[in-house]
Amino acid sequence: MAFAVKLVNMETKLELCTPLLEEAKYKKSYEQLKEMLTPPVREVELRSDKKVVKIGGEYVLHRHELTYINPPPIAIDVDDTMSKEELIKRINFAESFKYTYIGRELTLDLIAVRSVSNDPEAFKKTVNFVASNTSLPLVLCTLNPKVMEAGVSALPNGKPLLYAATKDNWMKMADIALKNKLPLAIFSPGDLDMLVSLAKTLLKMGISEIALDPGTFVGFSGLRTTIDAFTMLRWKACNEDYDLAGWPLIGTPITAWKMIDGDSQTKAWWEMITASVLIIRYADLLIMHSLEGWVYLPLVMLRFNIYTDPRKPVAVEPGLRIIGNPNEMSPVMLTGNFALTYYIVSGDIEAGKVDCYLLLADTEGIAVECAVPGRKLLPDNVAEILKSSGIEKKVKHRILIIPGKAARLAGDIEDATGWRVLVGPLDSKDIPKFIEEKWKPESIKKLMES
Amino acid sequence: MAENDKTEVLSAKIWDLLKKYGEIVLEDVEIEVDELELIFQPGVPVAIAKPVAKAVEVVKELVEEKFKEPEMEWTGKVVEVKIGATKSEGGTRDRTFIIGGETLPAFYMFKGIMPHPPVIAMDVFDMKIKLPKSIRMHFEDVMEDPAEWAKRCVEKYGADMINLHLVSTDPYIKDTPPSEAAKVVEEVLQAVKVPLCVGGSGDPVKDVEVFKKVVDVAEGERILLNSLNLDMKLEDIAEYLKNKDVVIIAFTPMDLDKARELNRKLYDYVSKDRIMMDTNIAGIGYGLEYGFTVMERARLAALKGDTDLQHPIAAGVTNAWAAREAWIKMDPFWGPKEIRGPAWESITGLTALLAGADYFMMMHPHSIRTMKEIIKNLLEGSSGKAEDIYDWVSAKLG
Repeated sequence: MAFAVKLVNMETKLELCTPLLEEAKYKKSYEQLKEMLTPPVREVELRSDKKVVKIGGEYVLHRHELTYINPPPIAIDVDDTMSKEELIKRINFAESFKYTYIGRELTLDLIAVRSVSNDPEAFKKTVNFVASNTSLPLVLCTLNPKVMEAGVSALPNGKPLLYAATKDNWMKMADIALKNKLPLAIFSPGDLDMLVSLAKTLLKMGISEIALDPGTFVGFSGLRTTIDAFTMLRWKACNEDYDLAGWPLIGTPITAWKMIDGDSQTKAWWEMITASVLIIRYADLLIMHSLEGWVYLPLVMLRFNIYTDPRKPVAVEPGLRIIGNPNEMSPVMLTGNFALTYYIVSGDIEAGKVDCYLLLADTEGIAVECAVPGRKLLPDNVAEILKSSGIEKKVKHRILIIPGKAARLAGDIEDATGWRVLVGPLDSKDIPKFIEEKWKPESIKKLMES
Repeated sequence: MAENDKTEVLSAKIWDLLKKYGEIVLEDVEIEVDELELIFQPGVPVAIAKPVAKAVEVVKELVEEKFKEPEMEWTGKVVEVKIGATKSEGGTRDRTFIIGGETLPAFYMFKGIMPHPPVIAMDVFDMKIKLPKSIRMHFEDVMEDPAEWAKRCVEKYGADMINLHLVSTDPYIKDTPPSEAAKVVEEVLQAVKVPLCVGGSGDPVKDVEVFKKVVDVAEGERILLNSLNLDMKLEDIAEYLKNKDVVIIAFTPMDLDKARELNRKLYDYVSKDRIMMDTNIAGIGYGLEYGFTVMERARLAALKGDTDLQHPIAAGVTNAWAAREAWIKMDPFWGPKEIRGPAWESITGLTALLAGADYFMMMHPHSIRTMKEIIKNLLEGSSGKAEDIYDWVSAKLG
């Protein structure tokens, strides 16, 4: 029963119920259950020797209806006319990109190898070189089946995504995908009839994993077409059980580099903007070209936010945290228990080498800024946590430093707790400076006596 | 809701199947009551997929399929709210804006274009405040003069409207008296001819007094008041606004129940077409997902017929600047803060746009240009032509 509940809430996997798999008499039930639990947007797995990246696997159109499942991987492109130095530079960018946000490492995920030369040998060589220099799974991009075949032959292991079958090359591309048991993307820019016709055809041929690219048009000439296509496809999959739309959607903001006039910074800007719109509107994989940290920083954070499970608040345990080696006259500071607040505030305090006690009030995982007007940071709760945390036994003074954004509550907190309140800075990065200036024996004494 | 019905069917099916094989079901016989209830909880997936055809066939020709547009029915409509008043309407504005009126989720262009384009307003403060350098550089010389600041926004950066924030009235800042604060409103009304939005300091007691003075000096201009909330004495301020020609933003902190509660309270005093709501948005990495989802849910509920939420939505996109990544100096790998800032604000704005927001409060000229450009692309843009991108795979890119 408990297992069934978890299953329905997507918190466990059917395969963990081993008797279903091991005993022949359950085979039928297993298949029935598996079919029922298959998401309307099927999941496709890409692999390198070292990494697995899943795309699609979505159940709902809007995240509040359940949660989104697989954050769309971002692929950085390379092409077969680039020098080895250039290839290494781009691979290293993708491999080394790492930003730590509320304790999680945000990264880039794939390398897309494009054939610009249209020469099978050159492509094969590049794919081979890239594969031996990256741990990331690949997307092989060419519309020429001969070139694709050469690229695939350079990858005996791993499971890349083949991009792409089109109205012109589908038969030969399908043969390659079938022969090598690889997932095949369909590229049909601006033509949804052709997109689903190709999907139907490829599935009929026996290809078991596909992905759909309705074309990413950037700017005035077509962004609208793209947003409509992504929205309609995902709606049809989730709300109308339309199987042919029920596959991962591929966005290619890289087309900004073709469609947008201007210098490379302008192109990179619109590539970023287009990618952000596609992260919100249902893309399951993005192929991009920029090599600028500022392009990807907001995107990986946006992606993390949108794919956070809305059923679970991003909160940390309320209570007392000891930072450094505080003593009985060290400052006591208050903040909320939104995970991000805690990571930033404690990070800033640590960076400033301030020894102190940090109290996390239970704001239900809401940031202080919203918790104050939203009445999630209540003076009575502050009084409660001062008692339950045992802080009264740890320090001799009775001064509580509250966030600058909670200044409005200063008087009420004093009344509720009997502690003196010192309003701290608006931003936690100013805490070290604030402590240096305000936390002196004479000012503590003055505060306690006033 | 249909989703819930499907959920129950799914739950029941799984239950039946598992029930057949007792050893699976009864592995954990100590069943908690709340666990039992969970199984019928709404919002669980709707997946009842058909099996995928596995048979391999020799296919020589394309199997043609027609893509049918989604079928959907929306019964609710967002009210239309008019902001500003021209001379003939008793004010002195050059133009007015109507926002709202949607009968479809945001940017479902295949079903229809939104009746009124979103409005982008720029923030102006009644005192020199601390702003990130990348914003400050555009306003440095006018920050002591709100009227000039407003002019700069309209004339140089194309602001549709001005959001004047009377932050100096905050008892913890300058505690400027309401009558003095109202003078700034008059100055700005004279300096620019676009409709005006006036905000207080966020102090629920002081704002009531400030707003009363503000609506008196702006009589006839149909300004937008930013904002009324549940912490205020509504029987005082909403009563005062009852017969004034003013539009109200109803602010609630990311909580749909509170949004409904506040709107219902305001209905006792003002007509629906004088209320816009701000369900609160936060920047990327700083709670954006909460703001996005509350906004999206509010709009979808409105379109499904929830009459307490059928208001245009205001979005305080400027909140994006609270994110440190928008303004701190970082390792050069992450680029200059002068570009990270507008990126943060633009993407936060686009997130709100796609969730259904109608009125945007923003700061950086480049973010405003970007928002306007995207709105134009979506509302007026042409269809994509395959030949424009067909060869991206083989194109040599810079």
